[in-house]
Amino acid sequence: MVEERTPAVKMRDITKRFGSVTANDKCWLDIYRGEILALLGENGSGKTTLMNMLSGIYFPDEGHIYIDDKEVVIRSPKDAFDHGIGMIHQHFKLVDVFTAAENIVLGLPGKLDLKAVSRKVRDICERYGFEVDPEQKVYDMSVSQKQTVEIVKVLYRGADILILDEPTAVLTPQETDKLFAVLRNMRNDGKAVVIITHKMHEVEDLSDRVAILRKGHFTGDMRTKDTNTQEMTNMMVGHPVVLNIDRPTPVDPKPRIEVSHLTVVSEDGVTKLDDVSFTANSGEVLGIAGISGCGQKELLEAIAGLQKTRGGSIAYLEDDGSREELIGKDPLEIAGLGVSLSFVPEDRLGMGLVGNMDLSENMLLRSFRSGKGIFTDRKAPHKLAEEVVRDLEVVTPSIETPVRRLSGGNVQKVLVGREIASAPTVLLTAYAVRGLDINSSYTIYDLINEQKKKGVAVIYVGEDLDVLLELADRIVVLCGGKVSGIVDGRKTDKRQVGAMMTKLGGVDA
Amino acid sequence: MIRISKRGSISRGKALLIRASAIVLAILFCALLTMITTGKNPVDVFSSVIAGSFGTKRKFWLFLQNTAILLCISLAVTPAFKMRCWNLGAEGQVLTGAMAAAACMVLMPETLPNWVVLLTMTVSSIAAGALWAAIPAYFKAKFNTNETLFTLMMNYVATQVVAFFCVKWENPKGSCKIGVINQKSHSGWMPEVGNKYLLVILAVVLVTVFMYFYLNYTKHGYELSVVGESERTARYIGIKVNRVILRTMCLSGAICGLAGLLLVGCINHTVSTSLAGGQGFTAVMVSWLAKFNPLVMVFTSGLLIFMSTGAGEIATNCGLNRAFGDLLSSVLIFFIIGSEFFINYQISFHKKNREVRKDV
Amino acid sequence: MFDFVSFIPRAVMQGIPLMYGCVGETITEKSGNLNLGTAGIMYVGGICGVIGSFLYESYAAEMNDFLTVLIPLSCCIAGSLLMGLLYCFLTVTLRANQNVTGLALTTFGVGLGNFFGGSIIKLVDSDIPTVILTRSSRVFARTLPWAETTGWFGKIFLSYSALAYFAILVAVLASWFLNHTRLGLQLRSTGESPATADAAGINVVKYKYVATCVGSVISGLGGLYYVMDYACGVWSNNAFGDRGWLAVALVIFTIWRPSVSIFSSIVFGGLYILNVYIPTGTNLAIKEIYKMAPYVVTIVVLVITSMRNKRENQPPAALGLSYFREER
Repeated sequence: MVEERTPAVKMRDITKRFGSVTANDKCWLDIYRGEILALLGENGSGKTTLMNMLSGIYFPDEGHIYIDDKEVVIRSPKDAFDHGIGMIHQHFKLVDVFTAAENIVLGLPGKLDLKAVSRKVRDICERYGFEVDPEQKVYDMSVSQKQTVEIVKVLYRGADILILDEPTAVLTPQETDKLFAVLRNMRNDGKAVVIITHKMHEVEDLSDRVAILRKGHFTGDMRTKDTNTQEMTNMMVGHPVVLNIDRPTPVDPKPRIEVSHLTVVSEDGVTKLDDVSFTANSGEVLGIAGISGCGQKELLEAIAGLQKTRGGSIAYLEDDGSREELIGKDPLEIAGLGVSLSFVPEDRLGMGLVGNMDLSENMLLRSFRSGKGIFTDRKAPHKLAEEVVRDLEVVTPSIETPVRRLSGGNVQKVLVGREIASAPTVLLTAYAVRGLDINSSYTIYDLINEQKKKGVAVIYVGEDLDVLLELADRIVVLCGGKVSGIVDGRKTDKRQVGAMMTKLGGVDA
Repeated sequence: MIRISKRGSISRGKALLIRASAIVLAILFCALLTMITTGKNPVDVFSSVIAGSFGTKRKFWLFLQNTAILLCISLAVTPAFKMRCWNLGAEGQVLTGAMAAAACMVLMPETLPNWVVLLTMTVSSIAAGALWAAIPAYFKAKFNTNETLFTLMMNYVATQVVAFFCVKWENPKGSCKIGVINQKSHSGWMPEVGNKYLLVILAVVLVTVFMYFYLNYTKHGYELSVVGESERTARYIGIKVNRVILRTMCLSGAICGLAGLLLVGCINHTVSTSLAGGQGFTAVMVSWLAKFNPLVMVFTSGLLIFMSTGAGEIATNCGLNRAFGDLLSSVLIFFIIGSEFFINYQISFHKKNREVRKDV
Repeated sequence: MFDFVSFIPRAVMQGIPLMYGCVGETITEKSGNLNLGTAGIMYVGGICGVIGSFLYESYAAEMNDFLTVLIPLSCCIAGSLLMGLLYCFLTVTLRANQNVTGLALTTFGVGLGNFFGGSIIKLVDSDIPTVILTRSSRVFARTLPWAETTGWFGKIFLSYSALAYFAILVAVLASWFLNHTRLGLQLRSTGESPATADAAGINVVKYKYVATCVGSVISGLGGLYYVMDYACGVWSNNAFGDRGWLAVALVIFTIWRPSVSIFSSIVFGGLYILNVYIPTGTNLAIKEIYKMAPYVVTIVVLVITSMRNKRENQPPAALGLSYFREER
C-alpha cells in the first residue's frame, strides 16, 4: 500500500535465516511518525526477528532498510540508536545489580554523572507520566517497574522510533491501560511507535495501523479502523479459525487435592503465598489466574513437593475418602505414596526437560528408576518417545534429536506427552501454551480436556484470560499471594477476573 | 564480510576431520617451533619424538604406564565434570591417596603377610582420596561453595600434609624425603604381573570399562548427567541433588586415590610432594578434550603423553630444558580447544548488497 | 615477643605479587572472563622481565638506571599482554571453554618460565640452578629515602620499592575506575549481562579483550615484582610456586573489590610467611603444617562467603560464559 507521507522506516525484502529455518522471507514494512503501528502475528511468525534486525540485534541475510528514504546499514544496537531506533525487548535487557539510573545511562558517551542522569530521568517521567526511582536497584523492582526503566532508557537516548515487543504480556490490565496512555502521549509527541503483539483487542484499542506477518511472510498492512478482528485473524493464521475452546461438563467431580491455609515464604523472606485454600476436583479443570509472579509458580511447586512451605496443608484425597498429606514430602516420596501426579512446569527446558538430551532420554527422566539393578532400562522410554511423536504429531528429525533443537510447540508436546503417559490422577500445568502457535495451543487444550474426561484433576495456570474463561470450570484468582476469589468459569467475565487480579475480592476496581 | 553462525548439527565424520586437522596442524606447528629452537631438520625432530615413546621396548612400556596413570586420573575427574562440578583437586586427591598408601607401608610391621598390607593400603588410599573430595563436595552441596577454588586449595593442603610426613619420616636423616620404603622386605609392593608395568595398565583398563558403563548405562550415571544439565530438572523428577553431588565427588576422589595407590604401590614405592606432577590439571584437559567419553580419553591421554615424552626426548638430545614438553603439550591443547569453534559454529563469507534492488 | 617490625615489611612484600595478581584478575573477571591462566601469566611476566634484564646486564657495558628498569618492565608487559591476547583469542573470539583454556594457559606459562629460566641457567653455566640479576635488582628494590632514618615507622611504611607502591596505586585506581567511571560501568555490565551491554551499544568483544589484556599486564607485573624485588633478582625454576592460584582465590576473598585487595593481600602475605616467624624449635615437620595457613584460610573464607549469600557480593553474573549475540 502506497502512502503520500514519507515513512520513518522502510524495510524491503528482508530475509533472515537461522540454519535451515527461515524466520523472515522477503518482508516489507513501513513505519510512520505520529502513528502507533501494531505488528501482529502468531508466535513464531517472525515479528520479533524482524524488529531485532531494525534494532541491530540481528543482521539481515538479504534486503534493505531505509530511514527517511535514505538506505542505512544497521550492524549493531549502537547503529540503531544513532538512527533514533530504540527497542524494548520482551526479556528485559537490564543489569540486575545496577540501579535504574546506571542502567539508563549504560552505553552512552560522556562523563558519568549519575546525579545529572537522575534529574533528567525525573524530567522524562514527569513529561509522560511514569514512576521510576533512579536510585533503585533493578533486582528490587517489579516487572512493570523494569519495563518502565526500559522505556525511559530508550527515551533518554532521544529515540523517536520505539519498538515494544509484547509489552503487555507481563502487565495487569490496569498497568496495561497506563502503558497505553503513555504510548498515546508519545504518538501525539510525534514519535513512531511499533508494538509487537498477538492480542487482537490491543490492536483495536491502541493502534492506528496494523501490519500482519504469517510464518515469516508479510501478508499486508492497513488502517486499524478499516479492518476487523475476523479479517486480521484470517490474515494472521491463513484460514478462518473458530476461536471456541471445548469445555465438556465435569462428570461426577470429587475432591482430589485439598489445599488449606497454605503459606509459602521465599528464601529472601518475601511472602509468596498467604493463607491459600481451595479444592481441586477430579474431572475438572481448575484455572489459576493472576498477574505473573503472584505465587502461581510457588503454588504448583508446593503441590508437586518442590517448594518449602511455612504452614498449612496440602492433602491428596482418594475416592474412598482416605487422605494423604503431601507437605514435607519430595516428588519421590509423593510418588511412593501411590499418588500419580504429573507436572508440566513453566520452564520447559530448564525444569521439565533436559535440552541437551534426546527425546528418548527425556522420557527416561520419569522412568529411569524402574526395574531392579543398577542399570537403566532404555527400551521402554524409546518406545514411549516413538508413541508421543506419533500420537501428538511432534515434528522432529528423529528420536535421537536433542529437544532444545525442536520448536517451542514441539518441545511442549514432548513434555505434555511424557507427563500424561504415566496416567496421572492430578495434572498440574503452568502456562502450558505460552509461546505456542494456535494449532499447537489447541492440541494442548484437547489433551487437557481428554485428561479431564478421564477423571483427572487438572490445575491449569494461565495468563491469557480469554483462554482461562473458555477452558476452566472454576477459576482461583490470586492476588499478591492471596486468594482473591474463586469463580465459576462459565458465569464470570474478563472484567470481574481482571479486577480480582489487582484487588482482593475485586471490589472498587 | 564474514558471518559467524551457530551450527544446527554436524556429522560425526566432519567433526572428526576438524579435530584431526587441528592435531595435525598442532604437530606441524610444534615441529616448526622445535626446529627453530634446536636447529634440527624435521625428520630428526619427528624421529626423536617417536623414539621418545616407541624407541625401545622399555620406553614403550613406560609410555603405556604413563598413559595409564594419566588416563586413570582423567577418568576420575570425568563424572564430576559431567555433573558440571569443576573438580580441580585431582592433584590433591591423588596425593592423599598416595600418602595413605605410603603411611600403611611405613607404619605396618614388615612381618605382616603382604596381602594384608596391600589390602589395607588399597582400602585406605581409596578412602583417603574419597574423603579429600568429599570435603569440598559437602560444602558445595550444602552452601553451594565454589568448588573450583575449594578443590584447588585442597591440593595445596594435601601437598603440605605430604611435606609434613616427608619431614617426619625422612630417610635418610636430613634429606626431607622418605626414600624408597621397605626396600628390602618389599612389604606393600604390588606384585608384578608379567612385567612391572602390566598391573597398572590392567587396573586402568578395568577402571576405563567400569567408567564407560557407569556413565552411560547405570542409574547413577544418568542421575549425575541430569544434575549436570539442570539441577532444577533433577529436583523436579525427585533426584536428591545433594546426595548425587556428594556421591559423585566421592567416586571421583576414590579413583584419584586409586591412582595414588598405583603410583606408590606399583611404581615409585615412595611418596613426595611432586608425585602427581601436575597430572591432576592435565587430566582436566584430557577429559574435556575427549568430551567426557572414557573411550576417547584413552586416545587423548595417549596423545598428550606421546607429545610430552617426545618433547622430553628432544630436550634431552639437544640439551634443552624438560619444560619443553609442557610447552608443546599446551600448544597442542590450544589447537584442539580452538578447533571446537569450527565444530560449533560455521563461518560464511558473503558480499554485501548482492541482491538486486526491486522497484518500490 | 612476636617481632612485628620485621614481620610486617616481609608480609607486605609477600603480599604485593598477590595484590597485582588479584587486581588484574578482578578486572578480567569484571568483563566476564574467568582467567585461570593468571598463575601462568604471572610466571611469564616474571621470566620476561628476567630475560630482558639478563640481556641488558650481559650486553650493556655501562648500566643506566632508567634502562635497567625500562627494559625488563617493557618485556614483562609485552609478555603478559601476549598471554592475555592468547586467552582472549581462544575464549572470546573462538568461544572456547574458559576453565580449560585457563588451565592450559597456566601449563603453558609455567612451562615457558621454566624453559627459558632453565635455558638461561644453562647459558651462564652456574653452579646453582638460578639466574642472578643483582645489579638490576638493586635498582628495582630501591626504597624511599627516609626508610632507614625513621625507625620502626620507616621500616613498616617506607621500606618498599616503587613497584610496591605502584601496586597499591593500581588497586586504588582500579577501584575508582570500576565504580565511578563510565568505562568502568560499561565494563561491569559486560560481565553481568553481555546481552544487555550489547543491546546498549557496548562492544562486548572489545571490552572483554581490553579488560583481560590490561588485567594480564597487571598480573604480569606481580611476577616481575616477585623476581626483581622480593627474590632480589634471583630466578629459580618453580620458585614462584602457587602464588598465582592464591591471587585467583583472593579475588573471591575480596568480593571483587580491588580496594579490599590491598588489605587482604598483605594478610595473605603474612600467612604465607607465618611459619618463619613462629618458633618451632627442632620440630621442622610442624613448619609444613603452618604453611597450610593461607590455603586453609582461603577455604574458610570461601565457605563463609557462600554461607552468607548477599546480592552485592556475588561474582559477575556472566562469569565464565562466552557470549554469542545470535544465540537462540
